[in-house]
Amino acid sequence: MAEVSSETRQAHWRKTSTLTYVILALWFLFGYVVPWFAKELDAASFLGFPLGYYFIVQGSLIIFVLLIVVQNIFQDNIDEEHGVAEE
Amino acid sequence: MNTQAQGTRFVDRLGRVYGLYTLGFLAFFALMAIIEQFGVGARTIGVLFLLFTLAIYATIGWLSRTMQVDAYYVAGREVPSLYNGMATAADWMSGASFVALAGGIYFGGYPYLGFVIGWTGGYVLVNALMAPYLRKFGCYTVPDFIGTRYGGNLARFCAVFVLVVASFTYVTAQINATGTIAARALSIPFEVGVWFGLLGILLCSMLGGMRGVTWTQVAQYIVLIIAYLVPLVWMSNEQGFGIIPHFGYGEAAQRIAQLEAEYGLQPAAEAVAGLKVLTTAHFDPQTSLDSWKFVTLALAMMAGTASLPHILMRYFTTPSVRQARKSVGWSLFFIFLLYFSAPALATLTKLQLLDPTLATAVVGKAVEDVMALEWVKNWSAVGMLSVVDQSGDGIVQLNEFFMRPDIVVLATPEIAGLPYVISGLVAAGGMAAAMSTADGLLLAIANALSHDLYYKIIDPQADTRRRLIVARVLLVGIGALAAAVASLKLTGILGAVAWAFCFAGSGLFFPLVLGIWWKRANREGAIAGMIAGFLAGSIYLWWTYTSGETWFSLDHLRFSIIGMPVSLVAMVVVSLMTPEPDAETQAMVDETRIPTGDSILAETH
Repeated sequence: MAEVSSETRQAHWRKTSTLTYVILALWFLFGYVVPWFAKELDAASFLGFPLGYYFIVQGSLIIFVLLIVVQNIFQDNIDEEHGVAEE
Repeated sequence: MNTQAQGTRFVDRLGRVYGLYTLGFLAFFALMAIIEQFGVGARTIGVLFLLFTLAIYATIGWLSRTMQVDAYYVAGREVPSLYNGMATAADWMSGASFVALAGGIYFGGYPYLGFVIGWTGGYVLVNALMAPYLRKFGCYTVPDFIGTRYGGNLARFCAVFVLVVASFTYVTAQINATGTIAARALSIPFEVGVWFGLLGILLCSMLGGMRGVTWTQVAQYIVLIIAYLVPLVWMSNEQGFGIIPHFGYGEAAQRIAQLEAEYGLQPAAEAVAGLKVLTTAHFDPQTSLDSWKFVTLALAMMAGTASLPHILMRYFTTPSVRQARKSVGWSLFFIFLLYFSAPALATLTKLQLLDPTLATAVVGKAVEDVMALEWVKNWSAVGMLSVVDQSGDGIVQLNEFFMRPDIVVLATPEIAGLPYVISGLVAAGGMAAAMSTADGLLLAIANALSHDLYYKIIDPQADTRRRLIVARVLLVGIGALAAAVASLKLTGILGAVAWAFCFAGSGLFFPLVLGIWWKRANREGAIAGMIAGFLAGSIYLWWTYTSGETWFSLDHLRFSIIGMPVSLVAMVVVSLMTPEPDAETQAMVDETRIPTGDSILAETH
């Protein structure tokens, strides 16, 4: 197998890091910021639930699953783009 | 080599094997429902459920036996992502998730829901920061990564030490849970039940190591998720919330809030030891202190998730880095199925007890009528429930209905008046949840001791046969020790579980993350981070637990909020004060960050 050049490695890692930071920012938003303001959000309602409560018992959980799926799709693309994806 | 060939063929037929298994389990369930109609007693059905499922797990354990190192430690790295997701979910969801989570939500309200967010959101960290890179590394155990990345036996030893403390705290709680369930179903004393539970656990893991544990965990996940969802679906259907209540129970939650306001949430006039009355509102945070407690608990649990070795080592078993990432997604999906059901279960059960317009209500009814209910009598007889007319008005008030939080899931089928076969199913599910987690934990401890301590540090010349025999002897020895500790009943299920997360987070989180994400991190820094973080967390735990005082309301459930920053600061400062890692180590980190190429450690090592 061809040796991966250090420029390729750097470019690949830069994109990987950026993706990771974006995912972690969203994770922080739905894991911490939204639950912190649950009482304020409860004034609104969604599907018959108070909104803040909805996020804690269901909404944030769904978003967590999606964050992993989305990150993996983007990461696969980054890997392929730089020629470091597995067969 | 013969077992290897069998293993490969087995991997190709997974869909059919587990499809048939699921149908077989459902057929068994139907058979039990039928014989219940013919008058077979509740006790017999409970025993049959437990023995039938145990027999299946033991068979899988036997078929997975192996004498190969990579099959024993990482299931031959041939577990497809979907099945690894199920196995991780079973590994993850302990007796506490299965039995205690809904009860905790029932009594704990908003502050307790921090566990729900923490125990799911942690997987985002696992996927973003750890799993794909550790898979690329190609280690057998988590200390294997620390020992190779930072180099030196001291770093490896520190990681083994933190791993053993965290996992051992956790495993006693799981063996305790298997003992409780076995004792109740088989009518044997708790102390005997604990050893019976351990026997079942060892049957799954001893002969096949990680391979045996993987395939039994998949089977256990199927049992536990069926056992969790069937009663919920049944009950919700009877209450008119449809067969999928998850999106429609908002009104039930609002109704509870209304009823709570009507009854008033007051503490009991006179407490009953070990039991609770409802005093926390169903969902409203009351003050900003509640928000603070919520996020600190969530953070402690998330960091713990991303550092607990029995979870991380599951991602070493996939065939590729891409499959490792995919399987984190599957893991969280399968976990999510239970976690978004628990609040629904807690809400519907609470409504059944509280709403006077429902036939099942107890609050607001005459005390003698409630005392005459069959399920109230059963659970009162074992001291897990109590109705005391403390106000003397002959009516059950909200603060006169005492219950142990743990029994919410176990008692729900009876409260809702479902047939006994459901209770048998729930007991089998609880057993599967506790056993699968205990298996993963025992294996994590025994593997770290046999691979990292014995083989890497004490006797690097040991041959394969000797290594695998040592691994098994340790597994049995640690299991026996854990069962002996569990039979002393030192802590409640949940306390011990949260502690395990905090120990792992304090000692391992930053050394693992920075090992991949910060090239400058070196051996001295990692050792300082592990020791300082673990010590700071432990000392704080000891102080807050014995004195009852807290800093910033950080109680013993979230002591890693103290341990983790200390670990981070110690690791960064000491790393910067000492020379940077050599070129070889830095190249190793570069190599870890891309999926292609050989793993850092050889296929078998």
